[in-house]
Amino acid sequence: MPRLVGYLARRVLQAVPILLGIAIFNCLLLHLAPGDAADVLAGEAGGASEEYLAQMKAKFGLDQPLYVQLGRYLANVATLDLGFSFRHNMAVADLIGGRLPATLLLMVTAVAVAFALGIVLGVTAARHVRRPIDGLVSVIALLAYATPIFWIGLMMILLFSVHLGWLPSGGMMTVGTDLSAFDRLADIARHMVLPTVTLALFYLALYTRLMRASMLEIYGQDFVTTARAKGLDERRVAYRHVFRNAVLPMITMLGLQVGSLLGGSVLVETVFGWPGLGRLAFEAVFQRDHNLLLGILLVSSLLVVGINVLVDLAYAKLDPRIELR
Amino acid sequence: MSLSRFLLSFVFTALIGTPLAHAQEPARGGTLTMVVQPEPPSLVSAFNSAGPIGVVSTKILEGLLTYDYDMNPKPALAETWKVSPDGKTITFNLRKGVKWHDGKDFTSADVQFSAMKVWKELHPRGRSTFAKLTAVETPSPLVAVFKLSEPSPYMMVALSGYEGQMLPKHLYDGTDIAQNPYNNKPVGTGPFVFKEWEKGNFILLERNPNYWDKGKPYLDKIVMRIIPDAAARAAAFETGEVLLGGFSPVPLNDVKRLEATGKFDLETKGYEYLAPLFLLEFNLKNKYLQDKRVRQAIAHAVNRDLVVKTVWFGFGKPATGPVPSVLTQFYSANVPAYAFDVKKADQLLDDAGFKRGADGKRFKLVHDFLPYGSDYQRTAEYLKQALGKVGIDVEIRSQDTAAFLKRVYTDNDFDLTSNFFYALPDPTIGVQRIYWTKNIKKGVPFSNASGYSNPEMDQVIEAVQVEHDRRKRKELIAKMQSLAQEDLPVLDLFEVRFFTLANKKVQDHTNSAEGVYGSFSGVWLKK
Repeated sequence: MPRLVGYLARRVLQAVPILLGIAIFNCLLLHLAPGDAADVLAGEAGGASEEYLAQMKAKFGLDQPLYVQLGRYLANVATLDLGFSFRHNMAVADLIGGRLPATLLLMVTAVAVAFALGIVLGVTAARHVRRPIDGLVSVIALLAYATPIFWIGLMMILLFSVHLGWLPSGGMMTVGTDLSAFDRLADIARHMVLPTVTLALFYLALYTRLMRASMLEIYGQDFVTTARAKGLDERRVAYRHVFRNAVLPMITMLGLQVGSLLGGSVLVETVFGWPGLGRLAFEAVFQRDHNLLLGILLVSSLLVVGINVLVDLAYAKLDPRIELR
Repeated sequence: MSLSRFLLSFVFTALIGTPLAHAQEPARGGTLTMVVQPEPPSLVSAFNSAGPIGVVSTKILEGLLTYDYDMNPKPALAETWKVSPDGKTITFNLRKGVKWHDGKDFTSADVQFSAMKVWKELHPRGRSTFAKLTAVETPSPLVAVFKLSEPSPYMMVALSGYEGQMLPKHLYDGTDIAQNPYNNKPVGTGPFVFKEWEKGNFILLERNPNYWDKGKPYLDKIVMRIIPDAAARAAAFETGEVLLGGFSPVPLNDVKRLEATGKFDLETKGYEYLAPLFLLEFNLKNKYLQDKRVRQAIAHAVNRDLVVKTVWFGFGKPATGPVPSVLTQFYSANVPAYAFDVKKADQLLDDAGFKRGADGKRFKLVHDFLPYGSDYQRTAEYLKQALGKVGIDVEIRSQDTAAFLKRVYTDNDFDLTSNFFYALPDPTIGVQRIYWTKNIKKGVPFSNASGYSNPEMDQVIEAVQVEHDRRKRKELIAKMQSLAQEDLPVLDLFEVRFFTLANKKVQDHTNSAEGVYGSFSGVWLKK
C-alpha cells in the first residue's frame, strides 16, 4: 500500500509542470488566431461604435500585452479559477459543469457499448479466423470505420426519424412537457439512441480490429500450444489463456479514448444537436472565447493525466508481472 | 362598372370572405417549438443587435412601437404619440397598467433609462440613431417626452422591440449593464416570460398571464431549440419536432423538397425591417480599383440574375443600388445602371489602360468572402469565374469570421470582399455607414471599409440626417443613391430574401415587417 501512495504522489507531482506547460502553450497558440472576442461580438451585432469596442476590449483585458494576459490567466488557474467567459456572461467552470453531464452520458455509453461489442466481435472473428464469419465482421468494421461519421448520423436520422418516425431526430429531451421522473429517463434514453449508435459504430470498428489482431497474436505463442497440448478444449484456451492476455492493448486504447471523452465528438454533437462539450469548445474557437477554450483544454488535459494513472493501475491489476514504480 | 357587376362582386366578396374569416378564429393553447440558429450569446437586444438574440428577446421584451409592412408605426408600450411641428419634441403616452414580469410597474423612468443609458451608450447603432436625442423628460409616470437637438425622422422607425428595446430600470440601474446577470434571464413586459435556458440545447418561454393585451398571447409555451446542423434542422422540420424557423433555417437546396411535401408555409415577407443586401466592397487604396472605370467594368462583368437564380436558388432580387426595393418609401430606380455586358467591361478595362497580358490576364485581385456558409463561398467562386472572363485574375481567400472582420475592418488588408449588410428601415441608420467619410473607422465592423470619401456625398448624407420634410428628404435620399451608383465604392449585388419556414399548423406568424422579430402574441396553433 505505501508503495501505491508513493507512486500516486509522484505522478501528481509530475503532472503539475505538464499541466502548466499545456496551459502556457495553449495560451500562446490561441493568440496566433487573428481577431478577438470583442471583434466577433461586434461583428455579430452588425457593428459597434469605436468607444464601445474600446470599452469591451478593456473589460475583457484584451488591450493588455500578451504576457500580462498570460500571467493573469495562470494566476487564476493557480487558485483553481478557470476565469470568466465574457461572451456567455458566465464563469467558465459553470459553463463546463453545465455541459459535463450530457457529454459524459453520451461518451461513456458510446465507448462502453463499443468496447463490449468490440470484444465480442473481435473474439468471434479471431476464433473463426479466415472463415466467412471473420470476413463478415471485418467488412462491417471497415465500413463503419471508413464512412464519415456525420453522414452515418444524417442517414440514421433520415431512416429512423423522418421515414420510420421511431426516434427523435435530435436534442437531448422533449422540452416543454411535464414528465414523471421515469418518463423523463425513458425520454432521454430515446434521444440517446441515434447519437450513441453513431458514435459507437466508429469506436466499435477500432476495438474489433484491435481485439482480433491481438487475439491472433497471442494464439501464436508457445503457452497456447502448451495449453492445447495438456488437453484443454478450445473454448477454455480462448477465454482463460488467450483472452486475458489479448485484452491488455484494449485497455490502452480505452485509456486513450477516455482521455478524449471531455472533448466529446463535435460532429455527432452537431448533427444531433447534443449539448456537449465538444460543440462548446468548437464554437469557442470561432468566437475567440479564449478563457472558455483554455478552460476546456485544461480540464481535458487534467483528465488525460488522471486516466493515464488509472490505466497504469489497471495494468498492474490485470497482469501481475507489471510493477508500479 | 355597372350596378349589376358591382353587386355581383359584392356577393362574391361576401361568399369568399365569410368562411375565411371563420377559419381565422385563433385557438388558445399549445407549445410552439422553433429553431434559433446560431445560439444567441445573450437574450437582450437593447444593446446587442445580433440576429438570434432578436428572435428570442422580442417575445420577452418590448419597445414603444411596432410596425406594419410599410414601416408605419403602431402602438405597443406607447399608446399614442405626438411629434411637435419643428420635429424636436416627441411626446409618448404610455400604456396604463403594464407590469414587468417581476410585478413592478412599467413607467416613463424605464423609458428614460433605456434610451439615455442603454441605447445611446451601448447599442451598436444607437449612438448614431439617437445622436440628436438630448434628454427624455418624465412629467408623469405615463408620459415620456423625447427632446432632440435637431429633428431625427429616422428615430421613429427605431423604436421596435428589437431596435429600441425597453429594459427595467430597477434591475439595471447602477449595474454594469453589459454584464448584468438578467441579460441571460431577461425580465420584460412582453407576452412571454423567460423560464429556462439550457445552453447549447434550448430556451423555454412561458405565457405571460398578465399581458396587457388581454386574451393574448394564444400560445402556452415557446420552445426555441438550438440545432447547429442545417441538414438536421431540415429533418426536424420534416418530423414535426420543429414547427417554425426564421432566417432561412434549412439549406437552400432542401427547400424545394420540403415545399413539395405540402406541410409547410414558405414566407419571404417579414424581413423588410432588416432589408438585407449582399454587396462587393472595393478597397479604393488598391491601385486598380482606385479607377472608377475598373469598378464599373466589374459591375458590367457580373451577371446578378445568374447569382440569384443559381447560387442563391432564387432567394434574392438583383439590386439596382444601395437602398433595397423593399424600402418602398425611399427606393429610387432612377440611378446609373450597369447591365450584364462582358464586351463593355472589357472595353472599360482597356480604356483604363490595363491591357490583357500574353496569358490573357490584366491584373490580380484577392477576394475575401464573409464566411457565413456555403452560399457565400459559391458566390465567391462565381465571381472568380465571371471576372476571369474579363481578364481579372481573382484569388479566393477564406478564413473564419473573426479573421475576416479583423482583416477587412482593422487591417484593411483586402482588395475585394463579398459582404452582407442590413440596410435597415431608414438609410440614415443602415446605408449611410458604407458611404460616409466620417464612418471610415479602423476596427469597427461594417463601417466604411472601401475608404470612399466624397465631399458631395457627405453633404447629402448629413442633410438627410436632419431633413424633417418627408418629400425633401426622399429627394435627398434619391440623390444619395445616384451618387453611390455613379461612384461605385461598393457594388450592390442583390437583395437577400430570407425566408421563414413554418409548419402549416402555425398561424399568423408573419404579419408585419418585423417578422420573426415580432412579439408572437398573435401566433396560434391550429388544432
